[in-house]
Amino acid sequence: MKLKISHGRVIDPTNLIDDQLDIYIDNSLIIAIGKAPENFTPDRIIDATDQIVCPGLVDLSARLGEPSQQHTATIASETLAAIKGGITTLCIPPDTDPIIDSPAAVELLEDHAAKAGNANIHTIGALTQGLEGELLSEMRALKQAGCVGVSNGLNAIKNTLVLRRAMEYAATLDLTLFINAADPWLQSQGCIHEGMVSTRLGLGGIPEAAETIAIARDISLIEQSGVSAHFHSISSGKSVVMIKEAQDRGLPITADVSPHHLHLSEHDIGNYDSLSHVMPPLRSTRDREQLQQGVRDGVISTISSHHRPLDNDAKLGPFADTTPGISGLETLLALTLKLVDDDELSLQQAIASLTAHPAQILGIEAGHLSVGAKADICIFDPKSHCECRPEHFSSAGKNSPFAAWHFNNEVTFTLLDGNAVYEKG
Amino acid sequence: MTNNQLTENGQLKHFLTIEGLKRDLLTDIMDRAEQFSSLSGRQVKKVPLLRGKTIMNLFFENSTRTRTTFELAAKRLSADVMNLNINTSATSKGESLLDTLHNLQAMHTDMFVVRHHQSGAAEFIAQHVAPHVSVINAGDGCHAHPTQAMLDMFTIRRHKKHFPDLRVAIVGDVLHSRVARSQIQALATLGVGEIRIIGPKTLLPTDSKTLGVHVYHDMEQGLQDVDVIITLRLQFERMQGALLPSAQEYFESYGLTQAKLDFAKPDAIVMHPGPINRGVEIASPVADGPQSVILEQVTHGIAVRMAVMSMALGSRSEQQEATS
Repeated sequence: MKLKISHGRVIDPTNLIDDQLDIYIDNSLIIAIGKAPENFTPDRIIDATDQIVCPGLVDLSARLGEPSQQHTATIASETLAAIKGGITTLCIPPDTDPIIDSPAAVELLEDHAAKAGNANIHTIGALTQGLEGELLSEMRALKQAGCVGVSNGLNAIKNTLVLRRAMEYAATLDLTLFINAADPWLQSQGCIHEGMVSTRLGLGGIPEAAETIAIARDISLIEQSGVSAHFHSISSGKSVVMIKEAQDRGLPITADVSPHHLHLSEHDIGNYDSLSHVMPPLRSTRDREQLQQGVRDGVISTISSHHRPLDNDAKLGPFADTTPGISGLETLLALTLKLVDDDELSLQQAIASLTAHPAQILGIEAGHLSVGAKADICIFDPKSHCECRPEHFSSAGKNSPFAAWHFNNEVTFTLLDGNAVYEKG
Repeated sequence: MTNNQLTENGQLKHFLTIEGLKRDLLTDIMDRAEQFSSLSGRQVKKVPLLRGKTIMNLFFENSTRTRTTFELAAKRLSADVMNLNINTSATSKGESLLDTLHNLQAMHTDMFVVRHHQSGAAEFIAQHVAPHVSVINAGDGCHAHPTQAMLDMFTIRRHKKHFPDLRVAIVGDVLHSRVARSQIQALATLGVGEIRIIGPKTLLPTDSKTLGVHVYHDMEQGLQDVDVIITLRLQFERMQGALLPSAQEYFESYGLTQAKLDFAKPDAIVMHPGPINRGVEIASPVADGPQSVILEQVTHGIAVRMAVMSMALGSRSEQQEATS
């Protein structure tokens, strides 16, 4: 199948391209950009006039329900949601059921993904056996099975000696460590940010220190062990300052933030809106501004969905009894580009934070539009307008606090391996 | 934020929290409670205002006094009352809160009086009941206990005429207290001159100042020249451990003794939402002393709850008549 994407504005941060160019695809690969190869007769031409053509999005953290939570969501439903949102590569954290702490668990997921998947799927292996924070997992075997990194997921490691050893071992294997920074004790009593709203609503608060203490501890051990580390879903402004300081000292540290932390704050919880119940919690408006600044400054290089599809029952109850999480695949691009529309971020930077940067963190061949690269491509229309309707999500999780928000930049085409796997109807 | 406690005409539909309610409405509740309170001296204490209505006391958490006064209030309004203690009932069998609610609603309940251990539970229930059903919050987690706050305001008004002239101190575990949160909102709405909270940092919210209160950690300073002292109950499980070293040490620092009471104005009144831990929050001579109005609070609880229930169901009846 030969494909030509014509007249689009091509933006590729890796190759510093921002120009109106045609892209030529043959047999799942990009074979030329700009000038047509000789004797190229396309089977199909996608007219991308007035649209933006960028690499398919790479999402560092998305929970997909499988293997055992298929009553909530499946790889089929969630990867369909992904491509609807322009995402062609997803990364599954290890806190699945069963936990990804053995090559068998990796194979099981990859097998499901191969059968039902509409997007590329990578796995992050467990740092410790059963994520219990006591015994190291067989990281070498996990790496050989295809894991792109290791993590203890949302289960914080309490024992710093174990954490140090785990980091040293991961460093030995050149595996990137993905960290959800949270002090387990300070976090245990709460369900929202400790501040004005927790005081008003009488809900248990999670202080900012729950995150900063964990980050301070982890930075010290990262420095000592030499492991490459990535902080997932930073929520507080002080964390940005600490990570910047560590990066300035040359430590191999990167970080991401979720779109909900860039757009919402504790105040969006209003009167116990469980759709805004998320972990780490939405913090103050000042934190939100500092996170946006962190993205602008490049301290936070990546924006990730932290997608967690939940059924309606999980959000139905008194706030503290509901399950934290937001279904975010279908709003990742729109919310990130909303920051561009709001003049908070440049378009190039926004696209890099969703493509080239996360691909670099994972160390995978994705997120760019080089000649010879796989044709994983997202095309969106910057002039389109639509209202966010979670009930129309392809994801099995309709749990989004962004209902009735107005977005531009609707995805019109998603190409995976040169095939148009999603076309706007 | 829309206030879903009120009907379109600004009348009480549910009573979930003091937050967002206007001074006039709080005054209305107290005025109406004043009328009802004259009933209790009569031979026949009943009025037929809610005859034929079914009220369900839905208690997911233990309570004797609050439940009893709600029950008495409903009976004096001639309503039919059912008491359900749910912690020993359906939800422990895995039935969800919403299932329980829908089942009870199917029995044509007109009002739920709800107490629940989770903050926001009453709000949640109010969002999910049928439009003709009223919900009264009888305490949700650490969030709100609005009828308790109103009976406290009623008691204060009986003793102290003018709210703006008052200085009120709330002593103790404000962090975990739904009573304190509702009291602070009610006092602020009624225009009280100065609201103070007194306690160790472990028992005060970190962002207390956003509640519009002055924070004290020392009783001598905090009680200086106050007109009203409200001591809060200290839950047993909080007396030992990481919040407080011991009940004795708490009593020495924050227990209300006559010596500490002497820092307040000579005519200051002493209040407590009950049940009292004598020798922990308050010394017995003070609790039983001339400045204590603690038992009056209990008595006023009935009249205030009658007021709130009749207003909430009254507004519904008027509405139904208007639409039919």
